[in-house]
Amino acid sequence: MAQAFTPKVVTANALIEGDVIYLTEAGEWTRFLSEAVLLTDEADAQLRLLEAEQQPGAAVGPYLADAAPGATGPQPTHFREEFRRTGPSNYFHGKQVETTASHSL
Amino acid sequence: MYAYNDFDTAFLATRNAQFRAQVERRVAGALTEDEFKPLRLMNGVYLQLHAYMLRVAIPYGTLNSRQMSQLALLAEKWDKGYGHFTTRQNIQFNWPKLSDIPDMLDALAEVDMHAIQTSGNTIRNVTADHFAGAAADEVEDPRPIAELIRQWSTDHPEFQFMGRKFKIAVSAGEKDRAVLKAHDLAVRVVRNDAGETGYQILVGGGLGRTPMIGKVLHDFLPRADLLPYIEAVVSVWNQIGRRDNKYKARIKITVHEHGLDDIRARVEERFTAIRPTFEGIDQTLFADIQEHFAAPDFRDAATSAFELAYGSDPLFRSWADTNLSEHRAPGYSIVTISLKKQGDTPGDASANQMRTMATLAKAYGHDELRISHEQNVILPHVHKSDLPAIYAALREENLHTANIGLVSDIIACPGMDYCALATARSIPVAQQIATRFDELKLEHDIGHLQIKISGCINACGHHHLGHIGILGLDRAGVENYQITLGGDATWEANIGDRAGPGFAYDEIVPAVERLVQAYLKLRQGADETFIDAYRRLGLAPFKAYLYPEVRAHAA
Repeated sequence: MAQAFTPKVVTANALIEGDVIYLTEAGEWTRFLSEAVLLTDEADAQLRLLEAEQQPGAAVGPYLADAAPGATGPQPTHFREEFRRTGPSNYFHGKQVETTASHSL
Repeated sequence: MYAYNDFDTAFLATRNAQFRAQVERRVAGALTEDEFKPLRLMNGVYLQLHAYMLRVAIPYGTLNSRQMSQLALLAEKWDKGYGHFTTRQNIQFNWPKLSDIPDMLDALAEVDMHAIQTSGNTIRNVTADHFAGAAADEVEDPRPIAELIRQWSTDHPEFQFMGRKFKIAVSAGEKDRAVLKAHDLAVRVVRNDAGETGYQILVGGGLGRTPMIGKVLHDFLPRADLLPYIEAVVSVWNQIGRRDNKYKARIKITVHEHGLDDIRARVEERFTAIRPTFEGIDQTLFADIQEHFAAPDFRDAATSAFELAYGSDPLFRSWADTNLSEHRAPGYSIVTISLKKQGDTPGDASANQMRTMATLAKAYGHDELRISHEQNVILPHVHKSDLPAIYAALREENLHTANIGLVSDIIACPGMDYCALATARSIPVAQQIATRFDELKLEHDIGHLQIKISGCINACGHHHLGHIGILGLDRAGVENYQITLGGDATWEANIGDRAGPGFAYDEIVPAVERLVQAYLKLRQGADETFIDAYRRLGLAPFKAYLYPEVRAHAA
């Protein structure tokens, strides 16, 4: 039996900066997981991924990452995605430095 | 050291201009990522977890003060003020923007540096003994050979799209400081009974998911046969190496599957065919290269300033005892500058630290610096009378940690803090282990102990070869760390034994502490190092300390 679909976000790296980006409800890119659209329907998720793959000028290597609903938007369910949304643990660099003020690309 | 000629400079300028145009076409949308990726990788540009990463080659780990200062400039101007020195004697910048990388490459070219063949399925940067030209135990400086191999392998048309990458190391010391037996191919400069210098060739070493120790393919090659023989080896492997499975594509698997004798016979056949095409230009070139590596004019001076400081300053004495190595010239020392201050990231240097090291090399070190595979920086030629001044300057920049070869001198790959391939973090584990033993004030009592940490099975952190090796894995969505014991990175190379079940992130540091406490209890005296005690006793007594709950259960 096929495994039940678990909620996903579409994520990639930005073409110029290389940092982590997520697809929003409006089909734009954000640097914050909290602003990403959480996809609960498998067919919808596949369509959204195709949509992302057609934006090679903005996003590199888009894929579907597991996420769970949370009070402040989607939450990572795996530590790799937790590090991607936060930044490295040895320096206060990357995402953790950026303000949480919402902005899209 | 080697300085580029007009040909080198023109070649690099052309490559950099090509890459600039490739980046422009990618940004403009004329190239897809699938088309662009192999092009950027050929120029050392990776896409990691949080940003692009530029890996710059430091051929055989040798650089001068101007080059080190330029690396500082890159770190400051286009990155976040630091660089990471790797186990392959390269430097990585973790935060460049794609659109800035062409400018970074042009800046590198100004000081004869580049990022070519630091990635991709090519012959990678040739590594060498970081004490080359300075060590008391070497046959001759191995770097002219390394430079010859670098020139031959750079843009070699036959070897640009191989089944997998190919790593070559070169050393000439009695002691192996270049981990020769963990390389696809290694050249060991030796002298035969007749007093002639030649080359012993090892093949089929490598770490990763299937670790193997390199084997002797040829005992003694005459000088003029070196390049055609290496070309024959790479050529044979390029033909018969497996391309169906990337985990079985390295030459270690080819040697394992075909057998050493079969490979040797194929290499001999290929060598016979191509040897006549090497008409001597490589030997003319080699003679020219050798002149670039002429030993500096060592000075003959009193060392009383050193002895005075050694006798009166206990901090200097501790540093001198730990961080200096024997030099072949009287009155000289090899200085290893630790990039392993307890709690800091192994192998990282700030732009200011790079400039300080460059300044010291220029003022006191015959303008030479080295990067070791152990992720430290070396001033290979320092007169002892200058050591007190060097130590004082290093203190100013927090570069004076006296821990070379000790428990906090840890090799660690970038792990999941940066690397897209990693399955767990390695840097914070290294930071916590080093900090813990510093708190315990046991480091110098423990003595020589090498801990090596990799954040995935690819083993960039050489965990198989650590006296204590740590491998970070993803076990059911949680970081988990496996311990191996008894690995050895010297000429006595040995793959460590798996100790047993892995440890969670918050259990790994206490586990290492239990192992070290076990060693302190089990050793026959302060002269018996961890690895010697392990060789004498084997895994069992250490395991009892590592897994006390199992021991309690059995009791």
